[in-house]
Amino acid sequence: MNGAPKLARVEAGGRMRLAATGAWTGAFNREIEQLLAGPLASTLAGSGATVIDASGIAALDTFGAWRLERLVRQQARSGANLAVEGLPQRFAALAANIALTNQTSAPPPPRAPGLLCAISDVGQAVAGIGSDFVSFTNMLGAIGAAAGRMLLQPSKFRLTSAVHQLDRVGLQAVPIILLITLLIGGIIAQQGFFHFRRFGAELYAVDMTGILVLREIGVLIVAIMVAGRSGSSYTAELGSMKMREEIDALSTMGFDPVEVLILPRIVALVLALPILAFLGAMAALVGGGLMASAYGGMSPAAFIVRLREAISLTHFEVGMIKAPFMALAIGVVAAMEGLKVGGSAESLGLRTTASVVKSIFLVIVLDGLFAIFFASIGM
Amino acid sequence: MTAPVISVRELRVGFGAADVLRGLTLDVLGGEILGVVGGSGAGKSVLLRAIIGLVPLRAGTIEVLGTKMSSATDAQKRAIERRWGVLFQQGALFSSLTALQNVQFPMREYMQLSERMLGEMAVAKLEMVGLHADDGRKLPSELSGGMTKRVALARALALDPDIVFLDEPTSGLDPISASGFDQLIRTLQQTLGLTVFMVTHDQDSLSTVCDRIAALAGGQVVALGTLEAMQASRHPWVEAYFKGRRR
Repeated sequence: MNGAPKLARVEAGGRMRLAATGAWTGAFNREIEQLLAGPLASTLAGSGATVIDASGIAALDTFGAWRLERLVRQQARSGANLAVEGLPQRFAALAANIALTNQTSAPPPPRAPGLLCAISDVGQAVAGIGSDFVSFTNMLGAIGAAAGRMLLQPSKFRLTSAVHQLDRVGLQAVPIILLITLLIGGIIAQQGFFHFRRFGAELYAVDMTGILVLREIGVLIVAIMVAGRSGSSYTAELGSMKMREEIDALSTMGFDPVEVLILPRIVALVLALPILAFLGAMAALVGGGLMASAYGGMSPAAFIVRLREAISLTHFEVGMIKAPFMALAIGVVAAMEGLKVGGSAESLGLRTTASVVKSIFLVIVLDGLFAIFFASIGM
Repeated sequence: MTAPVISVRELRVGFGAADVLRGLTLDVLGGEILGVVGGSGAGKSVLLRAIIGLVPLRAGTIEVLGTKMSSATDAQKRAIERRWGVLFQQGALFSSLTALQNVQFPMREYMQLSERMLGEMAVAKLEMVGLHADDGRKLPSELSGGMTKRVALARALALDPDIVFLDEPTSGLDPISASGFDQLIRTLQQTLGLTVFMVTHDQDSLSTVCDRIAALAGGQVVALGTLEAMQASRHPWVEAYFKGRRR
C-alpha cells in the first residue's frame, strides 16, 4: 500500500535536512534498521544541527515513531541537536505519546554469572530436600490432627467424598492393575523357568514367583502405578483448586481444607491400595501359573501344589503390611505438592511431576526399610 | 474513514439445538468505537468470538478488512489475525511469562527485532497503557485486576493492530479505574487510529467512549446508533436498559 521507508539527504540553505518518506511501520522494520544503521549514522555524527523532515511519511505506527524518537535521543546524548519537523498532524499524538515512554531506562534483569548460577542451583536443591522433609512432616501432622478430630466426631467425616474417591482410585483402577500384574507375574515365571531349567531346578521357578510376587513385586508395582495414576491426579486437582483460590475460599468459610479435601482422599487411598495390592498379587500368581503351563509344561494342579509348599502366610503378610504405609506416603506427597502450586500453569505441571517422582522414590525407600525390618525380626 | 472494516451479514451461531444469534447483521466502521450491549445470554460475547473465529458459524458471512473469513485461506486468516488484537475478559495472560514477555510474545513471533528493540518496544507499549517499566518484571499472578487488563491491552496492541476487540474491558474494576481505562481506550484509539469493537455492560463506558452503540436482543441487533438514538428506541429491553437508570 505504502512505499518502503526512505531517508534522503537534502541540502537547503546551508543546513542539512534529511527527508523521511514512505511507511515507517513495523512491517518494514528490517529496512528501517538498515536505514538507521547505514552511512547515515556517520553523516549525522559529523554534522551539527540537523533536521528530519517528516512531512513525507505516509504511515507511522508505534514502531516507526519509537525509531525516530530513539534517533533523536541518541543524537541528543552525543551532543547533537536533531529535530523532527513537519510530521503530519494525524501522527502528532502518537509521536507525543511515544516521546513519554522509555524515559527511565528499563531495569536490567538481574543475571548472575553461569558458574555462580549453577552453584546456587545446587545449593537451593540441597536446601529443597530439607524443606521437603519439613513440609512432608507438616502435612503428615496436619492429616494426623484432622484424623484425630474425626475420631472424636465421626459425624464430621466426609463419607460421600471418601466413597467417591475410593471409587476413583480403587474400583476404577482394578482393570489396569489386574492386567499389568498378570503380565509381570507371567514374565517373572517365564524368566524363572528359562534360567532354572539349565540346572534342572525348574520347580524352584514357582518358589521364586510366589515369594517375589507376594513379598515385593506385587505391592511395589501396584504402589508405583497408584502413585502415577492417583497421586498425580490428587496433585493436579488440589493444585488447580489452589490456583483458582478455591482453597482460600474454603478456609475463609471456616472449613479446614485438610479435613474437607485431603483427609477423604488419603483415607480412600489407604483403603484402596491394600485391596489393589491383594488383587494385583493374585493376578500375578495367575499370570505365573498360566506361564508355567504354557511355557514350563507344568499342569495348573502341579503349580498350585508346589506353590502351597513354597509360600507361607508370612510372605503374604509381609507384602500386605507395607501397602497402607505406601498409600499414606503417596497421599501425603500428593497433597503437599498440590498445595505448593503457585499462580502459573507451569508450576502446576512442575508440581505434578514432582509429586509422582517423589512418591515413587518414597515408595521404593519404604520398601527397602521394610525389607531390613522384616529381615531383622525374622519374617 | 467510514468504510466498514467488519461487516457481519445474516449471522447464525448456536450451540446444541438453540441458535444464539439469529440472522444478525452489523457493520463496524473504520476508526469508530462500537459498543455492544445486551442482556446476559443475548450473545454479545458469542458475536465477538464468532468474528475472531473462535466459534463455528451456522450460516451467514463475516468480512474483516475486506476478507471473507469463511472462505479465506489459512495464510489470509493469519494475515488478518495479525491486524487485530483481542483483550479477553479475564486478560488471558500467559501465566508462566512475565508481563513484559507477554507483550513481547506476539512481536517476537511476527517481527524480526533485536532483543534490545523488543525490550524497548514492549516497555513503550506498557507505558502507553499507563504502567511502569518495573511492572514488566511481574508475573500475571502478581498483578492486580486493573493491571492485568492493562497488560492484556498492551499485548493486544503489540503489533499495532487496526482493530481491537475488547470483551468487557471494565468489568471487575472499581469505578475510578474503570473510567481511567475508558479514557485510556479513547486516547489510544485516537493516537493509533484504531477501530474498537467493545462488548460492555458499563453505562459510563457507553456514554463516554462509544461513538455508536449496538443493542442485542433475541439474537439480533435491535437498536443501532448514538446514545441519543438508544434513548429514543422503543424496543422494550433497550428502553429498560437506558431509561431504567439515571440520565
